[in-house]
Amino acid sequence: MLRLYLAGLAILCACLTANAQEAGLQPILGQHREIIAESSRKTIKPAIDAIASSGLPQAQVMLETWAAKDVWMRKSDGLFFAGKKAGGRSYELTDFDTGEVVGTFEKSDLKQLKPNSGIRAMIGTALVQFQLTDPDRARRQAALQSIQRDPEGALLGPLRASIDDEPDADLKAQKQRLERLLTIGHDTDVGARVAAIAEMSDDLGVDVRAALNPLVVTKRQAAVTLPSDKNIAAVLQPDSEDLPRDVAYDLLVASDLAAPRVSADDNRAALAANIDRGRVGGVPVAQLGSAAARAQAYEALAEAGAVPALITQTDIDAALAAHVFFDTYAEPSPDVTAAAAHALERIELKVGLNQTLDLTLDAISLASIYFLAAIGLAITFGVMGVINMAHGEFIMMGAYTGYVVQQFIPDHTLSIIVAIPMAFAVTFAMGVAMERLVIRWLYSRPLETLLATFGISIALQQLAKNTFGTQARPLTAPGWLDGAWVLNDVVSISYIRIAIFVLAMIFLGLFLYIMKRTRLGLEMRAVTQNPRMAGSMGINPGRVNMLTFGLGSGIAGIAGVAIGLFAKVTSDLGSDYIVQSFMTVVVGGVGNIWGALAGAGMIGFLQKGIEWMTPSNTLAAQTYMIIFIIIFIQFRPRGIIALKGRAAGD
Amino acid sequence: MDRSFVAQNPSVLVFLAILSLFTLGVTILSEGVGIGVISTSFVKTLGKTLCLGLIAVAMDLVWGFTGILSLGHFAFFGLGGYMIGMWLMYERTRLIVVDSLAQAEIPPTSTEVVDAIATQVFGVVGSSEFPLIWAFSHSLTLQLILVVLVPGLLALIFGWLAFRSRVTGVYLSILTQAMTLALALYLFQNDSGLRGNNGLSGLQNLPGVTASQDVVSIWFLWASALALGLGYMLAAWVVSGKFGSVIRGIRDNEARVRFLGYSVEVYKLAVFTLTACIAAVAGALYYPQAGIINPEEMAPIASIYLAVWVAIGGRGRLYGAVIGAAFVSLLSTWFTGGQVPDIPLGFYTIKWVDWWQVLLGVSFVLVTLFAPQGIGGLFDLWTNRHAPQRHGAALGPDESALREKEATE
Repeated sequence: MLRLYLAGLAILCACLTANAQEAGLQPILGQHREIIAESSRKTIKPAIDAIASSGLPQAQVMLETWAAKDVWMRKSDGLFFAGKKAGGRSYELTDFDTGEVVGTFEKSDLKQLKPNSGIRAMIGTALVQFQLTDPDRARRQAALQSIQRDPEGALLGPLRASIDDEPDADLKAQKQRLERLLTIGHDTDVGARVAAIAEMSDDLGVDVRAALNPLVVTKRQAAVTLPSDKNIAAVLQPDSEDLPRDVAYDLLVASDLAAPRVSADDNRAALAANIDRGRVGGVPVAQLGSAAARAQAYEALAEAGAVPALITQTDIDAALAAHVFFDTYAEPSPDVTAAAAHALERIELKVGLNQTLDLTLDAISLASIYFLAAIGLAITFGVMGVINMAHGEFIMMGAYTGYVVQQFIPDHTLSIIVAIPMAFAVTFAMGVAMERLVIRWLYSRPLETLLATFGISIALQQLAKNTFGTQARPLTAPGWLDGAWVLNDVVSISYIRIAIFVLAMIFLGLFLYIMKRTRLGLEMRAVTQNPRMAGSMGINPGRVNMLTFGLGSGIAGIAGVAIGLFAKVTSDLGSDYIVQSFMTVVVGGVGNIWGALAGAGMIGFLQKGIEWMTPSNTLAAQTYMIIFIIIFIQFRPRGIIALKGRAAGD
Repeated sequence: MDRSFVAQNPSVLVFLAILSLFTLGVTILSEGVGIGVISTSFVKTLGKTLCLGLIAVAMDLVWGFTGILSLGHFAFFGLGGYMIGMWLMYERTRLIVVDSLAQAEIPPTSTEVVDAIATQVFGVVGSSEFPLIWAFSHSLTLQLILVVLVPGLLALIFGWLAFRSRVTGVYLSILTQAMTLALALYLFQNDSGLRGNNGLSGLQNLPGVTASQDVVSIWFLWASALALGLGYMLAAWVVSGKFGSVIRGIRDNEARVRFLGYSVEVYKLAVFTLTACIAAVAGALYYPQAGIINPEEMAPIASIYLAVWVAIGGRGRLYGAVIGAAFVSLLSTWFTGGQVPDIPLGFYTIKWVDWWQVLLGVSFVLVTLFAPQGIGGLFDLWTNRHAPQRHGAALGPDESALREKEATE
């Protein structure tokens, strides 16, 4: 009898499985009809899981249709179909299993499934396993990205299964990496996780740290005795630096292990609530303006039982002594947490080294910007000794020249190539005009040169404002300068900064060539050292001064184009750089191009270094830098590279 | 040296007479106590102008007489304003807080009052505690002492560092400019303890004073006039004696004075610190009239404008500095206030609001080039004062003892 029964059961089972295979998705959907129709995020999970794990090829189509809100339920028999509008208020239904059109039905006979965004996200996760093996490469890539965004333990299995069959080498590598990361967080086998952690502990990727960090997250807890079933990171001593008294006590209060303290506000409110004929606890209200009187009144109230008793320091001490405080890992396995902490330590060290490298690159790039801004000044101030407060405005004019050229030449590469000589020409002409009209009358009055050029500076700034308006104008860099040179997740530098560095080096070379190898440079040096002697040797000092000043101004114009590429072009662009430029020249040492280079390097590195130490506060960084420079000048008043002997003048 | 101070400096008497006449005149014409021809806001503008005149006197002392082109005196001016502003803000908030807490059933404790003031004052920068630098803000006397003490100490330390290492000429100018910039940038931070770029506001309301602004503006006009008069006399006294001769000597040729055995650094430091204190007093009177102070006021550009005023007014004579400050700042108010009619040129209309800066810049260049004596130089035509004829063109008041022939050699 029993045998017969078992046989019958077996046949029934076989029938059922066969039925499932043959009948396809519809019975599974039928089983979960109620929760599917209900369409609630809280209850839908078993239905989606059943569909996804059915192993049927049409499951993917069904899930996609569902997510697209195109699944309809026929009210007459409760079956689900893919619906398509057939015109009017009728829909054409297609069976998922057979792919055949079942017929056209009125909307009133049907019910549309409208999954909300939460359910669609769950469907999306379920779909990932299909997409991982999808023949379309782009969809596989999208599936990987979806896992990266939202790593989930359930995906580990499908992901592993899909690695071996992956034809694309690049995707395969990505899959393998992702599999390691998922293993770290979600594998059930501790040994596998520790192995994966060890394997990834040389990786600088942000995703590795994102996978490791949750493992070492700790939670501070208090208890009467230390629990033995938890993964404890550390036991803390109350009233120490890690755990101040107040924090420890608040922790006890938060875990319902101690009575809360009465705050000053509560105290006050309690007193106010218990005023009795102008007195509180026997103390007249008018006297409650002092802490001692309030304490006395409160104590009286507490004795009378009207308010909870005050928690005294002794109470706190007793409570703290009666409990233990500890940090626990959310992760239960100590092996995993130890491995993760160790791996993070190694990664932090490497990240630190790379950050130093990144900071150095940043500093070099900042230094080259300062050098570019200051090199023109190194000529006019350093060589000629003329303070040109309008130097910043020459930088601004160069940037605006670049902007104007771009209005006429839309091609960005070509426009920059045209803009550089144009900017030089404009500011050169401006510089020559300024030297002829103003500065040459003031060579023996340096302080007044400062003031006169300041007058020119405010006039030029306002002129630019009147011409171009107050809003920032864009000077767009050519496309090939977009983007950054990425070494790894930590170290990267934008191409535009590399270009500025190259430009700064070109100018250094150009300056050296002009000063040391050309006739003009020779005459310049002669006039600087002794204008009368130079004059008697047949050099026209006026002409040389004019050309020198023009050269310095022209270089400022080119610097303006370079600076305009990464900063917004406004009329006060120049004044942002003028103080820094003077600093660069003064710190470096006047009259020496190497000094300007050293000054720019020092200021650039210093600023980046201070910014690194006070990361959230660039204003403070600038303040400290200027203070440092003021102090630095105490010790080397003539700059880093000081001229010696007769060349030093006075 | 047996002639009296006044006999030696007749211009002091003239200046004081004009100043008192001006103050009396404005008072009579004012809205608050007079016949109401001059509006209260213009009385405030005039009072502020007097304060600017006082800092111009300080600038003239340090630049026109000692030859130190300081581009940082507005930092001291601003610090003075901040010091008095701290008390004004604390005390006014305290009165409001005490008023509102008096409504409560339980009288407030002193800690509660202080906490409530701190929440009121520092709410804008997301803090509710008094930083250490506000330790004395409850006391007017202490803050008044700090008005002079803080800028004076800053000037003393900065000047000692700078003069000790013989930083001179344009280097010193750039260094003072850097100092102002550093201070302004520091104050721009929210955690500097002085409310970041919000600055201190509501300073025009004097705590405990019920008189209207019309009257208060006259009080401040008188106070500013008194400060300017006293400051002028102090400056005139400083430059008239032996001390004045030494600092003028330093301006004309520092090395020679040093070789004569004078300690140049001490003299420079004394003048620098003294002028910083004068500037701070001017600031402490200026900002209650302006009503608000923020770090923007200390930007390096403000100090350069100060030099512009003094240069246009005429360096090396005290009344020139006052005239320059009053002339340029009032003219600037007039032009930027949009009260000057536009000039239509047919193809373009010159709007003075836009073109005033250009005009100022160009006229400044022209004054530097062609009239280094400034407006004050006009008085020489009247008094027939001439520089001794020593051949060669004058080098301007900066190096007035030198003629071009000597200087370029």
